Amino acid sequence: MPEQPAAQSKAELETIREEHPLMETARMFVKNYSAVAGLSVLLVIVAVSLIGPLVYTTDPFEMVWAPFSQPGEEGFVLGTDYLGRDLLAQIIHGGKATLAVGCAAALLSVFIGITIGALSGFYRGWVEEILMRITEFFQVLPTLLFSMVIVALFGASLPVITFAIGIVSWTAVARITRAEFLRIRELEYVTAARSVGARNFYLILQVILPNALPPIVVQATLMIGSAILFEAGLSFLGLSDPNVMSWGAIMGNNRQYILQESFMIMYPGLAIFITVLAISLVGDGLNDALNPKLRQR
Amino acid sequence: MVSPFVLSLSKDGPRSCSDKFSTKGDRETTVFEEPYSFSPSVVQFLSITIKRVGFGLVLLLAVLVLNFCLMHLAPGDIADTIAIDAGGADEEIMAAIRKDYGLDLPVWQQLLKYLSKVATLDLGYSFYYNISVTDLILERLPATLLLVLSAQVLAITVGIVLGVIAARKPHGLTSHFVTVLALVGYSAPVFWTGIMLIILFSSTFPIFPIAGLMDVSVEREGFAHVLDVLHHLVLPSITLASIFLALYSRLARASMLDVLGSDYVRTAQAKGLSEFLVVYKHALRNALLPVVTMAGLVFSGVISGAVLVETVFSWPGLGMLAVQSIVARDTPTILGILFFSSLVVVIANLLTDLVYRIIDPRIKTSSA
Repeated sequence: MPEQPAAQSKAELETIREEHPLMETARMFVKNYSAVAGLSVLLVIVAVSLIGPLVYTTDPFEMVWAPFSQPGEEGFVLGTDYLGRDLLAQIIHGGKATLAVGCAAALLSVFIGITIGALSGFYRGWVEEILMRITEFFQVLPTLLFSMVIVALFGASLPVITFAIGIVSWTAVARITRAEFLRIRELEYVTAARSVGARNFYLILQVILPNALPPIVVQATLMIGSAILFEAGLSFLGLSDPNVMSWGAIMGNNRQYILQESFMIMYPGLAIFITVLAISLVGDGLNDALNPKLRQR
Repeated sequence: MVSPFVLSLSKDGPRSCSDKFSTKGDRETTVFEEPYSFSPSVVQFLSITIKRVGFGLVLLLAVLVLNFCLMHLAPGDIADTIAIDAGGADEEIMAAIRKDYGLDLPVWQQLLKYLSKVATLDLGYSFYYNISVTDLILERLPATLLLVLSAQVLAITVGIVLGVIAARKPHGLTSHFVTVLALVGYSAPVFWTGIMLIILFSSTFPIFPIAGLMDVSVEREGFAHVLDVLHHLVLPSITLASIFLALYSRLARASMLDVLGSDYVRTAQAKGLSEFLVVYKHALRNALLPVVTMAGLVFSGVISGAVLVETVFSWPGLGMLAVQSIVARDTPTILGILFFSSLVVVIANLLTDLVYRIIDPRIKTSSA
């Protein structure tokens, strides 16, 4: 790696002067080995979840062999569950729903969080008062119980589950967005934009929000991980869409048979663990790359 | 003797700390001419407390209104439930049942009726358990409180100890351990951690019981009973603490690093105080503040975790009751649990606030 250090640093200096801020972030990110490792693992998981079902075509709902067979038996790499269904097929097919719910729920909560945080941080006064009270209300509400109630009352389908997760997880984003807006709205470039007649809508979306994004992006990344954990928790309690295979659902289905076939719980849980770990590493990497000042820590 | 001349004041009181989780430099530092010229007066203390309690009550009222809305938005009502249980009923009987339960009244009257009933702690009747919901919940509440509080205490204590050790040697082994622990603790699904512990302790090291609140095969009384319950508590408590241990240790490390770099700590060191005194007497108290704030903020998360942990370990608390009543479609019970657990969170937040103001005498006024 250390080839012609002097010349390189000079060239580097020139690129720094001209390159896009996103490039700078990308460069910082790539330097962070654990973040790159996390991203690679994540890409592999996404690829397997998307392409895997086309390659490994065993139906995850089909009974293919005797129930409770151990991993490796009869060519079933991870064994079969209590209904004789192939665990490997379930894990490969289950990734898609898990990742989709995680991303969709995180998107929903980021959207709600940004809206509430931006409005309260920008307008202040009674708007802020009311919106922050609503935020506190959602902080007091025991999230998992509330989501359980929603799913139980309105049926366990993927949209309801996504909604139930998104509606309870936005408070952190709202608080971060509000703090950023409170800080940025006092800066000179906002005053400048205001003085040339920019409207509030323009100020919020075009002037302040882009500059408030870095911490929100980090939080949004971490949110995908927590949404995946949340979905797994709901599914484990039996509140999953019965027509869709997901990693949480596999564990929920086999909850009764922990001691007979621990692997049925171990492997899907491991898949979730590795995925969320990879997402956390990427989030930490983004955090370091987007806030270079914090790197001394 | 040594009073901190440099005070770092947070702008809008303890609640703002969540925004600035482990970030350096966004605390405002103000230099005061006269240190500790103020001490919080009792009147002020009381008025803030009353304000907080009032807001807590408003939050609970909001939970009740939400409960009521959920009951009404959900497809089917109590008449349907009874009719299904009875194996069918004609329109006339359905109307009679609806009238009996006041379902024919306008919605706002039903809401008022519901609220006035809750005010007398009447949360309805569980048709599944054949007992009033309040009695049912009060019966299960102690087990949940025991689990939640023991897990919180465990996570906070171990978290602070690990965090402080890590902060004193930021590049040492403990510091790396805390970083890894934080990642692992956050990423593993809590019920999965619990099941892995069950598998480990059921066959390999059968020293801890893996299910239930106590050993039902032997009748014990007094101290032996307490010991038995504590013995059963070990695994669930460790499992629940595992999520939050990571959070606290990471936060304690960051905030301790922050405080150790501040001027008043340098002053204390310059005076020649022993390292122990500086760290544990001067720095620790300030470093604890964000941890206390976090403990209050994550309380509803701890209860959510408890639902899963109770299910895994067959711990007979509110969480297990919630899961059972969802399976049984016992709406009054599940909504009652939602209300009671919100009540627990509100009380926990009030206590956190109190602890915060006791630890940090600088907070004398803050609106919210």
